[in-house]
Amino acid sequence: MSLPTRGLLLLALALPAGAARAALRPGDAFPALAGADLAAGRLPATRGRVVLVDFWASWCAPCRDSFPAYARLQTAYAARGLVIVAVSVDRDAAAFAAFVDHFHPPFAAVDDRTQRLVRAVSVPAMPTCYLLDRGGRVRFVHEGFHGEGTEQELRHEIDALLTEPFRSP
Amino acid sequence: MKTTSVRRYLPLLLVVLGIGALSGCTSTNLVRVQPWERATLADYTMRPDRDPLATALTDHVYTSRETAAGGRGVGGSGCGCN
Repeated sequence: MSLPTRGLLLLALALPAGAARAALRPGDAFPALAGADLAAGRLPATRGRVVLVDFWASWCAPCRDSFPAYARLQTAYAARGLVIVAVSVDRDAAAFAAFVDHFHPPFAAVDDRTQRLVRAVSVPAMPTCYLLDRGGRVRFVHEGFHGEGTEQELRHEIDALLTEPFRSP
Repeated sequence: MKTTSVRRYLPLLLVVLGIGALSGCTSTNLVRVQPWERATLADYTMRPDRDPLATALTDHVYTSRETAAGGRGVGGSGCGCN
């Protein structure tokens, strides 16, 4: 096979592979929340903290179950350095406000109305939460919310991350 | 000379263009509604069982034609969450 022929075939095979979007995995750096154009809430300080970033929506049934669980995690771990940021992907501001009014979460709830952050993260399912270590790196990814099982897993992972010291990246 | 060269590479060019065009079918980004874009799918009006009378009628037809019943339940909501 001649060189131009090989080149053309390689290019053709690379086309579909190049179109795939890479989802965030453990070890990746999480995009900066501060620069994500998030609406409707104030972002808490996250530097040096273990951060749980949850992507949710008012139309997502399991997200309704997840909020009380995150409230329990906030109560149990906030004093030890856990910060929870619940990022809504709702485009409808009224639906976001109604959900937040209903649950009154004791943690930060912000709206990614432009869906810029969720596109950058490319969440694989709704809801998905990311546990970031004190250096801002993704350490655990949880797809969906499966009740007590998910809460127990999160507690186990948060316990482990909180014992790690902060190393400035 | 030029015609020979074009004839030689034409099949290959067609294969490359074909793969390029079909790559749109294999890319999940192009053909899939992303998980965060499913608000409309989760709407009540998108539920196939929102009308009890229509559901009962469909079940009756299904039972009488197929001699079968049930098996219509789907977990989760219309957004395909979880």
